Amino acid sequence: MTIRRSLRLLPVVPSILLLLVFLVAPVLWSFHASFTDASLSGKAAKDPQWVGTDNYVRMFSDDSFPAAAWLTVLFVVASAVLGQNILGLVIALLMTRSRRAVSQLVGTAVVAAWVLPEIVAAFAAYAYFNRDGTLNQMTGFLGAPGVDWLYSFPLVAIILANTWRGTAFSMLVYRAALADVPRDITESALMDGARGWQRLVFITLPLIRSSIATNLMLITLQTLAVFTLIWVMTAGGPANASTTLPVLAYQEAFKFGDIGYGTAVASVLILLGMVFGAIYVRLLREQRG
Amino acid sequence: MRRSKAKLGADMALALIGMCFVAPLLWLLLAAVDPQAGYQAKVPSTPSIANFRAVLTPELLLQPLANSFLLSAGTAVVNLLAAVLAAYPLSRYQSRFNKPFMHTVLFGTSLPVTAIMVPVYGLFVQLQLLDSMAATVFFMATTTLPMAIWMTKNFMDSVPLELEEAAWMDGASAMTALRTIVMPLMRQGLGVVFIFVFIQAWGNFFVPFILLLSPAKQPAAVSIFSFFGQHGAIAYGQLAAFSILYSLPVLLLYALVSRGMGNSFALSGAIKG
Repeated sequence: MTIRRSLRLLPVVPSILLLLVFLVAPVLWSFHASFTDASLSGKAAKDPQWVGTDNYVRMFSDDSFPAAAWLTVLFVVASAVLGQNILGLVIALLMTRSRRAVSQLVGTAVVAAWVLPEIVAAFAAYAYFNRDGTLNQMTGFLGAPGVDWLYSFPLVAIILANTWRGTAFSMLVYRAALADVPRDITESALMDGARGWQRLVFITLPLIRSSIATNLMLITLQTLAVFTLIWVMTAGGPANASTTLPVLAYQEAFKFGDIGYGTAVASVLILLGMVFGAIYVRLLREQRG
Repeated sequence: MRRSKAKLGADMALALIGMCFVAPLLWLLLAAVDPQAGYQAKVPSTPSIANFRAVLTPELLLQPLANSFLLSAGTAVVNLLAAVLAAYPLSRYQSRFNKPFMHTVLFGTSLPVTAIMVPVYGLFVQLQLLDSMAATVFFMATTTLPMAIWMTKNFMDSVPLELEEAAWMDGASAMTALRTIVMPLMRQGLGVVFIFVFIQAWGNFFVPFILLLSPAKQPAAVSIFSFFGQHGAIAYGQLAAFSILYSLPVLLLYALVSRGMGNSFALSGAIKG
């Protein structure tokens, strides 16, 4: 009986094999390699030596890792937690009281930036923030002097670009969440004379708090992994001014050939993702009771 | 009266936000039809399709697009097969194994794929899988597999069990029931999963950038990047034209699915690696 029961689970095996070979193995290999001096070429490429915690010690002793970690925090907080999240909520709220045609048109514009292949979105953002680009054309029209955004304010440029690229997701989450808020609840608050923003803070937001939590988790994870947008726009520069952790891991491993140190940086990112992932799973379990 | 005033305010605020979102795309559209394009967004003095003509050559665009199609379709097929098989017992039989497995799958959706690329490269070197399209397909399929299993199981849960039980009575095996009864009933959902995976794979730059080395195997996402590096500083218009031709398939697929499925697809499709 138990054999027949386990046989039923046989069709799950191909998926488990794929996940083990292509997801679990790289993660384990990453943790292992981060304790070695593995490299792209030379003697250490063929026969990497165990170096203990050297890579991790180096990580916290030289400047590039703490700087990249700090830039990553700034990038995630400014572009995801504040930018995408708040802008997405504002758009969704405005859509509940605007004309259908307007909200459809604007919705399409917001979603377009998000559906485009990431490399195309990155080119568009690169051109937009270029010295000769559209942004300077518009600010120049208002009389402001031209700024080389990608060179002088690279972090601002990638934060704005990632907000532009990813807001659609938060907008869709909040549109779905607001559609479930019973109309008479907000209406009766209107009768009580609650002012608009009070209604928002005390009634609407608490009602959609689980959507807010889920959304924050997901966009944080997505933004933590952003590479292409930054790589095309600034390549982490100038002078590492926009080097986030994924860019640092790439540079160490492939530009400088130091796989050991690169995997150490990658391992930190993977651990960070695991922590957020675990919180996310818990959150969803609680919501389902 | 106050209502309509509030409505007008909301309309205007939304329109302003919408314009900010369109602004970065203007350059793409204008430069593509301007043979003398720079990084400025301006209406071309002599609009023409010369840029499109210039990039529409076999080695520049058609071969990379064919590679993109092979990689994306392959990834979607592997995903769909593995996900349907896995979802069936998870959806149909009660087992202590189900809940932990689904939670692990959900957990898997949150691993940052860019962080895994350095170790994956190392692994591919050791297994001598570098520059193999098949291995790249299997890796890309695995990165979207957790999401695909999750979606497929949800679609399968909505297919009523009664029809299948009748087939079981007639002596059909579980796999026959899956193939002849369940899959036809959830074909729309399977289409959504297929397109969702296809769009993700089509737009993926980082994975083929790391794993595929020879230009003859690289998809459009990577070849457009090399083009940009070599000619982008001169041929802005061609870069824009290339970008548009490469983006069109996913824009059309997205429009197709979002029309039929409302927002549910858009939501699940968002969990990008």
